[in-house]
Amino acid sequence: MQTPGTGSDKRDGIVGSLPVQGEGRLADNIVHFARVLRKAGLKPGPGAVIDAIEAIDTIGIGSRVEFHAALASIFVKRHEDQPVFDEAFAIFWRGRDLVGKMIALMSPVALDLGERQKPKPGSARVSDALFAEKNRPVRERNEPDIEIDARLTVSGQEVLRQMDFGQMSSGELAQARREIERLAMPFDKVSTRRFRASTRGRYVDQRASMRQALRTGGDLMLPRFRERRQRPPPLVVLADISGSMSQYSRIFLHFLHVLSERRQRVHTFLFGTRLTNVTRQLRHRDPDEAIAQCTDAVADWSGGTRIGETLRLFNRQWARRVLGQGAVVLLITDGLERDDVETLGVEIDRLHRSCRRLVWLNPLLRFSGFEARARGVRAMLPHVDELRAVHNLEALGDLVRALSGPPERDADPRRFLASMKGVS
Amino acid sequence: MAEISAKGLPESIDSVVEILAAEDYLAGRSLATVLFLALKMKRPLFLEGEAGVGKTEVAKVLAKALDRPLIRLQCYEGLDVASAVYEWNYPAQMLEIRMAEAAGVSDRDRLEHDIFSERYLIRRPVLQALQSAPGRAPVFLIDELDRTDEAFEAFLLEVLSDFQVTIPEFGTVKAAEPPIVIVTSNRTREVHDALKRRCLYHWVDYPKAADELAIIRRKVPGCDEQLSRQIVAYVQRLRTIDLFKNPGIAETIDWATALTELDRLALDPETIADTLGTLLKYQEDIARIQGSEGQRVLSEVKAELLAAG
Repeated sequence: MQTPGTGSDKRDGIVGSLPVQGEGRLADNIVHFARVLRKAGLKPGPGAVIDAIEAIDTIGIGSRVEFHAALASIFVKRHEDQPVFDEAFAIFWRGRDLVGKMIALMSPVALDLGERQKPKPGSARVSDALFAEKNRPVRERNEPDIEIDARLTVSGQEVLRQMDFGQMSSGELAQARREIERLAMPFDKVSTRRFRASTRGRYVDQRASMRQALRTGGDLMLPRFRERRQRPPPLVVLADISGSMSQYSRIFLHFLHVLSERRQRVHTFLFGTRLTNVTRQLRHRDPDEAIAQCTDAVADWSGGTRIGETLRLFNRQWARRVLGQGAVVLLITDGLERDDVETLGVEIDRLHRSCRRLVWLNPLLRFSGFEARARGVRAMLPHVDELRAVHNLEALGDLVRALSGPPERDADPRRFLASMKGVS
Repeated sequence: MAEISAKGLPESIDSVVEILAAEDYLAGRSLATVLFLALKMKRPLFLEGEAGVGKTEVAKVLAKALDRPLIRLQCYEGLDVASAVYEWNYPAQMLEIRMAEAAGVSDRDRLEHDIFSERYLIRRPVLQALQSAPGRAPVFLIDELDRTDEAFEAFLLEVLSDFQVTIPEFGTVKAAEPPIVIVTSNRTREVHDALKRRCLYHWVDYPKAADELAIIRRKVPGCDEQLSRQIVAYVQRLRTIDLFKNPGIAETIDWATALTELDRLALDPETIADTLGTLLKYQEDIARIQGSEGQRVLSEVKAELLAAG
């Protein structure tokens, strides 16, 4: 006997009150099927079950194709869910004993059990916060005390701001992360076609003027104004997490986490030899949890790079879905391509033509004598709007300022191209 | 003859297929099932799929087949209530105020009531769709919903679940009979779950070869039988190779029409090169197919058709 008020009990109650009660088993099966789908990762709500039963009641049980189409129209709400649904449908409406086993194999819930033994990254932070006093000497035992003092002074912060992320100790990286959280985020805005009330806008708000006039009985008609509403354009980040970028990957993820938290419409993709969309993972509020989920989602962390190939994938699968409405693209990579450079040239050209602004962030630019020698770099340079360094906090700050304003001269990639001609 | 109810709606899935076919639209079994459900359950139908697979066409044909008016709301970025739902006729309202003044009306409540009356209301598509002639609820097509922004999507929630809109000065307008709503999206952006949950969802896919051939026969009656077989086989093959933008059914029909107009009876490399612009819309794709890859596809298609007899 189930306790009243639990989710499943409620659902069963709803089904019991439906007109199809007489056909008993079918309604039960649909309820059960919905639970199976839920376990397999789809999200059918209780309402969907009622709809499904109503739908089957409407069309009657005819052919399998119709039955499948009717259930799919209710339970599938995203095209990506279709294969899972088809699989579940094929198994469920054939034999019921198979289901348990298959779902256990497919279901992310079951996998989760195995991972639960690993302590959650967020919990480390919680215990840090609770037992900070106890832990501190242990965690920072390798660092001289004097450095901790230095970090609290202005000059210490100055040093930190200009230190390369690649050369930081773990303590300094933690400090840098805190600095990043304090960083102002870019506030670039584009006008939309929507309006909002304004005291000195360029457009007369007829509706507001009319209402205002009525308040005085129509004797006095003063114009009210409105202006175009502005909002930040979508931001798409493509970050390289291959071996050559490994020193920078984690700290960039922190930056991207803060960025996704403070700004709407940020899409983040990580790539090495393949492309992973981590937008959803970065939405997690806790930074450690978010980054741990990113690393879990990525299969090729610190591996090789195939920039051209992954850009091709992005252009085909995602560009049309995330680059609409004038997106700004940040491409974080060192440009050291091992694969075919020709593909890279074609794909970056395509990417450049489908976005508002393409900014290339290259940590290699930290060397003052940076020259565009690598073949990959030379293939990419003609197709980006800006090339910027991102190796320390100061450079991150510059990036934020640059995004907020119009393109700057010193980031123009053409100056590297000019020197490139000199080389060849 | 198709079974039609007293209200003019089809009574079975077969009759949905039939009435659409009468208007030259060949619907697959699953699309027909979902359409039938949408009509029966009075729920909006959300159609998603690549460009050119006939999503918009469904609504147009349905309106014709059911003999209902078609009201179309084309979405775009920044679409707002004033251009989608209603607007007051401001110049006429101002005139009314002047007239009232001249006539010496001093009752403010009455003035306000007169000004914000139906006389001065300009109806935009959403409002039109809700206020229909009795017994003839229109087909309401919300086209390319992904082009508008989240704010408008949120507004649509009220319309699509309760079939009503609220006008502050006027009151709530509720549809006596809910319109037949068809929403389409090209997936340039994910549409929010909340909206999809209120709809029946269907992914419109490219048709199979046999279906596509039947569509060509209907839509381009003058097309040579041999040629239409080749066209369909060629297009089906193109969809399997890795193009940036696959040709949709609309493009296949265009191509078949173009070739028929040129009096061709069979595909040859030269003709393909000349007319490829009707089929592929990206320069990279055209360049690829004009090269050796196009040759290979054509010879494969011919071999395949020869083997099939």
